[in-house]
Amino acid sequence: MKLKLSLFGITKEIVGSPELELTAPDPQSVAGLMEQLRTQYPRLRELTSCAVAVNSEYAADDYQLQERDEIALIPPVSGG
Amino acid sequence: MLIELTDQPIDVAATIAAVEAEGAGAVNAFIGTVRNQSTGRPVVRLHYEAYDAMALHQMRRVAEQAQEKWPMLQKIAVVHRKGTLEIGHVAVVVAVSTPHRAESFAACQFIIDTIKKVVPIWKKEEFEDGQVWVAAHP
Repeated sequence: MKLKLSLFGITKEIVGSPELELTAPDPQSVAGLMEQLRTQYPRLRELTSCAVAVNSEYAADDYQLQERDEIALIPPVSGG
Repeated sequence: MLIELTDQPIDVAATIAAVEAEGAGAVNAFIGTVRNQSTGRPVVRLHYEAYDAMALHQMRRVAEQAQEKWPMLQKIAVVHRKGTLEIGHVAVVVAVSTPHRAESFAACQFIIDTIKKVVPIWKKEEFEDGQVWVAAHP
């Protein structure tokens, strides 16, 4: 299936774009997606942490992604 | 409840005025400003980036959690800045009103502490000789 990701902060710099479209196995979990991304972009492994948001909520590792999901990588936040 | 993300300077007085309430005996505000150094290294300016839709959603959720924990809260305002900020600029304002002061301090601290943990906003520190995304690397 095709997934579309939004990227911010350090992840945007690592991937080199604010958006990324990729083909993932179906089904694909959040944990599986992260492993797929870390293989493609090894510098993601250097981050303190990297969460995945689905439709503006933090998603659990075992959440099964859907093509229509609005997905974003959330590196360590530092607002305030 | 006032929840805002803006690329314009924050009007601190207007944000505090937004929580005025007749039932309030206390108005408490936290104002986060840009510091001139980070662990001893001089900072030139900060760049804030946000995932707007999720940031607003999570800011609202934090305010709702505060309202549940402190049902006596009269009004809540949370305004966060994004974009490029110079030293001394206001990055965030949290304001709350409550009947008595103790809850106003507790609720205000809970809101800013939780925002810093969950709201998808990122800051990049600009130094004389480079830039670093805060907290990105161990």
